[in-house]
Amino acid sequence: MLKLTDIDTYYGDLQALWGISLDVNEGEMVSLIGPNGAGKTTTLLSITGLLRPARGGITFDGHDLLKVPPDKIVDLGVSMVMEGGRVFASMTVMENLELGAYGTRARKERAETIEEVFKTFPRLKERLTQRAGTLSGGERQMLAIGRAMMSKPKLLMLDEPSFGLAPILVDSIFEMIKGINQQGVTILLVEQNVRAALELADRAYVIENGRIVGEGSGEALLSFESVRSAYLG
Amino acid sequence: MLQPLVQNIVYGILIGALYGLAAVGLSLVFGVSKFLNVSHGELLMLGGYASFWIFKLLKVDPFVSIPLTIIFLLLIGFILYRLIFSRLIKLEVEKKIQNSLLVGFGLSTILQNIALRLWTADDRSITTAYSGLSFELAGIRFPAVRLISLGIAIVALISLQIFLKKTFTGKAIRATVEDWQSASLMGINIHQVYLLAFMLGCAMAGVAGTLVSICYSIDPSMGLNWTLKSMVVMVLGGLGSMVGTFVGGIILGVTESATAFFIGGNYRLIAGLLLFLIILIFRPQGLFGTKEGDK
Repeated sequence: MLKLTDIDTYYGDLQALWGISLDVNEGEMVSLIGPNGAGKTTTLLSITGLLRPARGGITFDGHDLLKVPPDKIVDLGVSMVMEGGRVFASMTVMENLELGAYGTRARKERAETIEEVFKTFPRLKERLTQRAGTLSGGERQMLAIGRAMMSKPKLLMLDEPSFGLAPILVDSIFEMIKGINQQGVTILLVEQNVRAALELADRAYVIENGRIVGEGSGEALLSFESVRSAYLG
Repeated sequence: MLQPLVQNIVYGILIGALYGLAAVGLSLVFGVSKFLNVSHGELLMLGGYASFWIFKLLKVDPFVSIPLTIIFLLLIGFILYRLIFSRLIKLEVEKKIQNSLLVGFGLSTILQNIALRLWTADDRSITTAYSGLSFELAGIRFPAVRLISLGIAIVALISLQIFLKKTFTGKAIRATVEDWQSASLMGINIHQVYLLAFMLGCAMAGVAGTLVSICYSIDPSMGLNWTLKSMVVMVLGGLGSMVGTFVGGIILGVTESATAFFIGGNYRLIAGLLLFLIILIFRPQGLFGTKEGDK
């Protein structure tokens, strides 16, 4: 479904990704783990079109994403939740959700999609007219994920969804992500919480210094000695 | 002593509304695209001349021809953005600001000289049959055209506000102001948003220009003065709040006329710039802005 072939991405003159290749198959949940600054976020941003790789290829459902502008990539069914959620703080919860369905494809089904989102995140329904800036950290994250779901994604990419949340909320956010995956949405997850990320995912890639250094099923990586010592302590 | 003072303040409010309207356009473009268009005053000048010539040649009342002026400025905005400003957007923030200043100054010089060539350096103003009318209330004079202009400025502001708050496209503009990356991830074509905001900013300048040509006078070199006033007001009101910006305009107008009254007409401009400095030092987020707004 999603295929990255040998991509190199730069920030100005600084090379951040070195020949990253990875595959995500339809219906899968794939995790991307690695230390801070390894290039996990850069990889996701390269897929969204907010960053463009200098070399290599990215295809999604047969489309060459390097030739598609960022807003149309969302229309094709690729959605990303950035680290911290990045909700529009001065706007209401409802406005945030509406904007999630801005794309032409999603806009037509907005009314139905919003009901589905409320089923996954009932809390949002109670907060509809509240400004997103006044929400708690957990609610913000739910809004960010709900907003991304409004675009009816086939592939949902999440960057550190558990970051900064209370431990009790972390589990429920992961439960919700699992639920979204079970509804048929393919998931690419970047996560600091390596144990949870590996337990949850079908497969995972380990990324270090902008390169893929390991790949395997979540279980296999959990028992992999170097991963254990590096990330699980 | 009181009556002339009140009269002065009334005039201050009336011209302040035009400062506010001019600044709203500049502020919108700055908020969305994060560059400063220092040729904003020249766009206002073009709006003034558009109404002037429509009135002179076609005998259409300048208030009635405002929609035409708006269309003309939207078109100018489209061309200028596509031709010039769209090239700035891709630059990093700091370079974008620097280059926009250079480009803006260049453009303002070009537009000024075109106006000078086409329409001469003469002061022009639109004099309608009702231009001399005024109302009196408790000895205070309210010139009719300036009162109507105040009304139109308020209508323009409210229309813009409704557009930004209620329509889907307006919400996309606000989302882009807040976080362009997030906006792009919503499927918003942010380049279209930049273009649209620029065109709307030009239209606001155009309406302000029309009102200036009716209430006061226009000439090819008026732009710089209006750009300066708009910048002062933008900082005064605080970024991100259209209503705050408009009120900032009125505060500047009143400050200027009070200065003229108490100290002397020559100090009007200085009072405005002094206000600008004081705000920058003590309340850089503006009177109505929030600290979060400059993110």
